[in-house]
Amino acid sequence: MLHLGSVGRRFGSVEALRDVSLDIGNGDFVALLGPSGCGKSTLLRLIAGLDQPDTGSVMWDKGHQPTQGEIGFVFQDATLLPWASAADNVFLPLRLRGMSRDQAMQLVHEALARVGLHGFAQSLPRQLSGGMRMRVSIARAVVTRPRLLLMDEPFAALDEFTRHKLQEDLLALWHELGCTIVFVTHSIYEAAFLARRIVLMTPRPGRIDHEIASPLRPGAAARFDPAYAALVAQVTHEMQRALAA
Amino acid sequence: MKYAPTLFGVAVLIAWEAAVRIAQVPSYLVPGPLAIVAAFLADPSGLLASLASTLLVTFAALFVAASLGVVLAVAIASSRLLAAAIQPWAVVLQVTPIVAIAPLIIVWVGNPFAALVVCATIVAFFPVFANTAAGLASAPAELVDLFRLYGAGRIATLRLLRLPAALPYFLAGLRISGGLALVGAVVAEFVAGSGGFASGLAYRILEAGYRLQIPRMFAALVLLSLAGIAINFGLGAFAAMVIRRRGDG
Repeated sequence: MLHLGSVGRRFGSVEALRDVSLDIGNGDFVALLGPSGCGKSTLLRLIAGLDQPDTGSVMWDKGHQPTQGEIGFVFQDATLLPWASAADNVFLPLRLRGMSRDQAMQLVHEALARVGLHGFAQSLPRQLSGGMRMRVSIARAVVTRPRLLLMDEPFAALDEFTRHKLQEDLLALWHELGCTIVFVTHSIYEAAFLARRIVLMTPRPGRIDHEIASPLRPGAAARFDPAYAALVAQVTHEMQRALAA
Repeated sequence: MKYAPTLFGVAVLIAWEAAVRIAQVPSYLVPGPLAIVAAFLADPSGLLASLASTLLVTFAALFVAASLGVVLAVAIASSRLLAAAIQPWAVVLQVTPIVAIAPLIIVWVGNPFAALVVCATIVAFFPVFANTAAGLASAPAELVDLFRLYGAGRIATLRLLRLPAALPYFLAGLRISGGLALVGAVVAEFVAGSGGFASGLAYRILEAGYRLQIPRMFAALVLLSLAGIAINFGLGAFAAMVIRRRGDG
């Protein structure tokens, strides 16, 4: 679907990314894993087209340029409009594409139901818990049926139990929608549980160290799979080695 | 606790009245509260008509300041060039003492009502302008990115993101500007004197001063204070209501 070729990006004297190459295929679930400051978020913004690389290129298959709504983005904060209801927040991407409220409402309610927020359409963000706000944010990202879903540490600010539930629901959603997900995280556990491909990144300058393929069967049961514990151990070990180098 | 301000106020009024009576201070020096009330009751319609005249100037100026403030704030939010061009002049306007330029404005504008409104507008303009500009810039960067991602143009981003985000800031600015518009109206009336509109409360204060009707002067002053308090509370309640109705208060 997408090919990053020797991508580099610097901000003033800080080299955020150097020589990053990565292929992302249709239906992939890729975790970009690394400590703070390794350029994970910058990479995600480059993929989204919100920023341009200084060197190298971000190429889509067959020169296809993604159209509005083909990419969904979920930020670390839910970043909802505080004055708008859950339904209106989810309506936003469709509204910006010129769809009328009547046309959109069916899709909006479908998206809310998909993230388990059926019955909360009229709730305002401040009336929802942190986990529910994040669910609205995910519904907003998937309402356009994107081919590619980019997520920037979306669950980092949630408590452990809420995070587990959202991770499991995200896997179910990924299955259901069949989209591609690139998920930025600094949690080894999260990367190991969610992703099919775990891409290890190191900071200063941000680089891809190498990539680990997950042997797990994705799903809630994976948490109790000994292979999950082994994967976490492997990733931890290789991350330590990469950071020490 | 809730009644503390009222009780304190009443105590001060009683002490004031007592002091004036015991020391036999003549009312042309310091009138007691009762004398002030009596002065008001002697000509309530005249003073209230003057109050209405001053409030008319105040609200006209507040309306112009708010409209101009929002338009210019949107202008500087949408263009760096306009921001660079406008911002310094807004500050110049803010730091210029209105007392110093009011006589010029009164001469230039000609129409006394319009001249007073211009003066009060200059005083009231800055808070609503600066607050709205800050509010327009307050939209979180991630949301701005999200709008970009979905291909939203400048107008759509302004309408659906920046303006709604600026609303609480605008309302806070409006509240400050409301009080300042009253101050501006009064200052302009003072400067204009009898050459101006000659009907506002400030003119009544001047007039009563010349005639040594000190209790009437105080009565006009009290009305001004009450008007200022009412504007402040009214705009505060208005802001709270708008935000509550919108749901994010």
